[in-house]
Amino acid sequence: MKWHVLRPLWVAIGLVASIFVARVFLVPDDFGVHGDTFTYGFHRLSNVQEWKDFPVKYKGRESCEECHEENLAALNGSTHQTVECENCHGPSIDHPDPNEFLPLDKDRALCLRCHAFLDYPNTDRGALVSIVDRTHKRRYECVKCHNPHDPKEYYE
Amino acid sequence: MTCSRRDFLKEAVGGTLVSALPLSAFVFITTDEAKAAIADSKVRWAFLVDTTKCVGCGLCVKACKTENEIPYDAAVTRTWVERYVVTKDGQTHIDSPMGGRDGYTTDLIRDEEIEPEDIDKAFFVPKLCNQCDNPACVQVCPVGATYKTNDGIVLVDRDWCIGCGYCIMACPYGVRFFHPEHKVADKCNFCYHRISKGMEPACVECCSFGARRLANLRDPDDPVTKIITTERVAVLKDEYGTKPHVFYIGLDANVR
Repeated sequence: MKWHVLRPLWVAIGLVASIFVARVFLVPDDFGVHGDTFTYGFHRLSNVQEWKDFPVKYKGRESCEECHEENLAALNGSTHQTVECENCHGPSIDHPDPNEFLPLDKDRALCLRCHAFLDYPNTDRGALVSIVDRTHKRRYECVKCHNPHDPKEYYE
Repeated sequence: MTCSRRDFLKEAVGGTLVSALPLSAFVFITTDEAKAAIADSKVRWAFLVDTTKCVGCGLCVKACKTENEIPYDAAVTRTWVERYVVTKDGQTHIDSPMGGRDGYTTDLIRDEEIEPEDIDKAFFVPKLCNQCDNPACVQVCPVGATYKTNDGIVLVDRDWCIGCGYCIMACPYGVRFFHPEHKVADKCNFCYHRISKGMEPACVECCSFGARRLANLRDPDDPVTKIITTERVAVLKDEYGTKPHVFYIGLDANVR
């Protein structure tokens, strides 16, 4: 058959076929519709598990309590009892092994996050004990005078 | 036109092979297989933000960036806290420097000092991914790299994302961003690695004021679900039809 249209047609069909063949090798086996619809559920299934395996860094108060019972007891009843340990002591991901000491943040900036005075009527910010940074013992760390585990207690 | 028997057979066999090849590359699934894939989940994650409790300390943003390995000094974040100050002249002053990562410690808003007596109302609004039921960001993904899980969380497949940025443009809430290290789209996923282990998201755990809480909407005994279903809550940009699942208490009309 000598029809000049046929030759480029074979090439085109060959190209399309090669794309489908390549797709078989390149697309992972678990790629498909997993979920209620194609629109929202078209994905690689094993990625869900990959996200679940992402490492946890903040282990939480219960994890601290396993060894530091007395520190949590000291915190009980104080105005800081709702403050998470790791907010100041840092995430305990590799503590105690291999990292024996956590980087304790004693910076004024950490305390000022809640205790810098802002006169905002629609928040609880005004209800918190607060200071004006410019005028209150500027060059000292807050923990020099205030016990962070029981802020009502002052050191002289 | 004449055709010999030999030629006819040749053409017929060749044509069948060529047409069969692409068909074999398609995957057909039965109705039962599709139903099995849906796997009716007992969990639908949602979030409750009590804006009246937020004091703008920004510890949630700090914890989120650390927990989820988002470059700390890059101007991108999965969750952020906005400050709204509405003055008596009717103007709304909004800022969120570095997403509120370092907290709000001065009354300067964009280098502008606002006198306390000029303030009508002032408050903080934490924001994060709404894990929409109809996520606009997922619809636009050209490669299937982002999707909704059975428990309602929208995830990004970092191996599959090509970084085209369509989803970043599509999200009406501006939640998505380009991850500067992985070079892919990134977003809040309610700390999926934590909630699937029974832990709270990092931002919830680090909030000392109970402004952020996680809920499972399919569990009627969940105390946070009870608040969402029985009290007055609002969502952001309801008019977009995305069915967001972050609910707010005390949401103001100025919040966009």
